[in-house]
Amino acid sequence: MGQFLQQLINGIQIGSIYALIALGYTMVYGIVRLINFAHADIFMFGAYMGFFLAPVMAKVFGGAFIPTIIAAMLITGLLGFVMEKLAYRPLRYKSRLSALITALGVSLFLENFCSLPFVFGPQFRKFPDLIVTKQIAIPGSLGLIITNVLLLDVGVSVVLMVLLFWFVNKTLVGKQMRAVAFDKPTASLMGINIDVVISTAFIVGPALAGAGGILYGTTYGMLASPFLGTWPGLKAFIAAVLGGIGNIPGAVLGAYIMGISEAFATSVNSNLGYGIAFAILIGILLIRPSGLLGKFMPEKV
Amino acid sequence: MTFLRAHRTIATVIAFVLVYVIVKVLSILPLVNGEPLLNKYYIQLIVLAGINIVMTVSLGMVNGFTGQFSIGHAGFMAVGAYTSAMITTVWLHTSAANPWVAYPVFIAAILTGGLLAAAAGYLVGAPSLRLKGDYLAIVTLSANELIRTVIRVTEVLGGPRGLGGIPKLTTLEVVFVFAIVSVVLMRNYLFSSYGRSMKAVRDSEIAAESMAINTTRQKVFVFVFSAFFAGVSGGVFAHLLQFIHPDNFSFVKSLEYLIYLYVGGSTSISGAMVGPAIFTLLPELMRGLQKWRLVIYPLILILVMIFRTEGVMGLKEFNFILIPQRQRKEVSA
Repeated sequence: MGQFLQQLINGIQIGSIYALIALGYTMVYGIVRLINFAHADIFMFGAYMGFFLAPVMAKVFGGAFIPTIIAAMLITGLLGFVMEKLAYRPLRYKSRLSALITALGVSLFLENFCSLPFVFGPQFRKFPDLIVTKQIAIPGSLGLIITNVLLLDVGVSVVLMVLLFWFVNKTLVGKQMRAVAFDKPTASLMGINIDVVISTAFIVGPALAGAGGILYGTTYGMLASPFLGTWPGLKAFIAAVLGGIGNIPGAVLGAYIMGISEAFATSVNSNLGYGIAFAILIGILLIRPSGLLGKFMPEKV
Repeated sequence: MTFLRAHRTIATVIAFVLVYVIVKVLSILPLVNGEPLLNKYYIQLIVLAGINIVMTVSLGMVNGFTGQFSIGHAGFMAVGAYTSAMITTVWLHTSAANPWVAYPVFIAAILTGGLLAAAAGYLVGAPSLRLKGDYLAIVTLSANELIRTVIRVTEVLGGPRGLGGIPKLTTLEVVFVFAIVSVVLMRNYLFSSYGRSMKAVRDSEIAAESMAINTTRQKVFVFVFSAFFAGVSGGVFAHLLQFIHPDNFSFVKSLEYLIYLYVGGSTSISGAMVGPAIFTLLPELMRGLQKWRLVIYPLILILVMIFRTEGVMGLKEFNFILIPQRQRKEVSA
């Protein structure tokens, strides 16, 4: 029982990071119908921003964590904005697959460009300690141990998710985003500026991924190389599909399912932990082809 | 019609043989300081380009001509590579020393690999081709990674250590024969009535269905056919590298083929041959640029997509692939 709960807690921790990445995938997909493969590299970029900014922020503000995460979110948001302007906007009215291949190109470009020795460099880096890790034993006979990093991961993601839900459901831009996701031509006839809405999605999604990157660095304490985004990115993407891509609560649900199942499977065998995500995904898509919370859209003639 | 198809088949074969002769001459004639222009390393690259061409043409059958979206082709390649390597290396201990024994075994092994890959293709395709667009892409991607996970946990296949000691049976000649046979088979399939129904499925599934095309069967069949060629390419690939590792066949590899296909032009067999040829040889031509070449390579990809969205070849085909316009009229008349 203790072991079970411990794995559950670990799963929730990793699920929180996946959720932040998955939200970016799902928002962009919901609005422009593009699987933004470069999103994983924006996550990587956010983590590296944490590495470079933390010492500066610690000097300027005294504390490192909150200023670093805000600065990283601003920078990755800007990166997302520029990326959409330069690479995706020229292709908006062309075939969707060409935009997808462009996204692959952007992803490869970011990985290889950041690996250049005068950018981030290909070497292993130790992530700075933004907070001092403390272990907290939960009283009781089960022997559960949680760390303050875990509380921070879950806390930050929940706060950001609540902010996102508020943004999408209560603000004017959020309302416009939902309208564009529902029906783009009609939304533009209603006087909604589609460019603004798409840019917003490409700022908000990457900003969340940037926050995810900082949490990833804090949790694992290291940055392997500028290629580190690929696998967490893929897992988060699968989480978004699992929940029904384009659906915001679905992405969060999918991310937690993914994180928890991965934690359990990894405790059995590390290779199994890697493969379980894909097995679950195939199983669910065959039963519910639009994901757990996705709506099925019949094709119109 | 049958005659024309045979005629064009011969043209395709001649085109490939010409390329082979040029490559062979350049690798023998001492042109540069007493050394041939193409050294062993370049020959290896050309062999790799040949394998990539077959992989990309087979991917193009699914993605370009049938309009489905598979991003898991490296998984089928892995099935073929591991099956054939198990047969030649682990079970039969074939050595390249005796070609009269080695080659029949090799051919049987890669065909078995292809058949198993086709079976895997059926298992993946039959339930999932009901799914549309992006969801199909994701299922194929997951299937690719699942196959890789299975290989990683299977001790017999070498698990995470990989499988080594495979005899080097893939030579320039083998790859040319393999590429000719595969491309001609796929070309003739695409220009048959089955090929036309594939294109109908791509252009409008509902319209195709109302024209009495069994769309699901058509899609599954193409998928299996394409997985077969991916499996055979995997076998040839394994006997070129002599060492295979599950990570050789991750979804990153599948994405590479996707890039080759869409840069070349997804709705053109010629494009599916030009794309991999460019992208296998280009990084070598840019060797002088050192670290920058891996940055320039994706930039070229992005620029091609923005300024020539339909790929380098677009809808055009080389003459030796397509029945020329004049003869086509005769056929219809």
